[in-house]
Amino acid sequence: MTTQTMTTTQVYRVYIKASAQAIWDAITKPEWTERYGYTGFVSYDLRPGGAYTVTPTEPFRAAAAAGGNVLPEVIISGEVVEADPPHKLVSTFRMLMDPEMAAEPATRITHEIAELPGGVCSLTLTHELDGAPRLAAVLSGQWASQGAGGGHAWVLSDLKTLLETGKSFAD
Amino acid sequence: MHDDDHVFKALADPTRRLLLDRLFERDGRTLTELEAAVLASGAAMTRFGVMKHLRVLAEAGLVVTRKSGREKLHYLNPVPIRLIHDRWIDKYTERQVTALADLKAELESDA
Repeated sequence: MTTQTMTTTQVYRVYIKASAQAIWDAITKPEWTERYGYTGFVSYDLRPGGAYTVTPTEPFRAAAAAGGNVLPEVIISGEVVEADPPHKLVSTFRMLMDPEMAAEPATRITHEIAELPGGVCSLTLTHELDGAPRLAAVLSGQWASQGAGGGHAWVLSDLKTLLETGKSFAD
Repeated sequence: MHDDDHVFKALADPTRRLLLDRLFERDGRTLTELEAAVLASGAAMTRFGVMKHLRVLAEAGLVVTRKSGREKLHYLNPVPIRLIHDRWIDKYTERQVTALADLKAELESDA
């Protein structure tokens, strides 16, 4: 009998024709994060123990309210574990948009950016989701048809489009 | 070769699609587990054959490996498929494709 490894980790990788710094900025600066994926204004205090939060944009908040969800001020919160600009960012991550997800334990998200030949970088996102099955389902895109978006794969696809063409899916 | 070409080439093989399906069901598997999954499907294949298929999937970006202790775990990376979806399917045909996919699901559920 083979031993089965059990994992609740999700790993995503995308190749982007952009500098490591541009990708880093697109992940850590609110003027970028409001433009792709779920949108939202990110705030990072980029040192170990520093706060990480995401607050919704007004259109996002209004759309949620129209669907009967009154969003909290902060929809994602966490703490920076390691910040090595522009190559590695590790944070804890808790989704607060929905009470059931907010009740799940904090998860851990790692962004790694590696420079490759030809002006291309790889961005690898590793999300350790132990004890957070609901968040894991949303982030893997399983709730897309219920309006929860396409999760990390969709966000990274949009980020690539934005950095390479200057346009996001919403434009 | 363009990135998309690697993805389509990687998908154009039943064993590689089987490996992706198994990883979709449960991610983060070792080579040994994936080899067992291929053998369980009834395909005759050596460990080396499975490794070769995993390499093609990795080159297309559809599988990403990660070390965990002494083990190398394989993860399904859906981003390349998402990119094709967002850039091609979404753009031209999503509505029609959805309608057809729904029809197919309905017909097959009756069968």
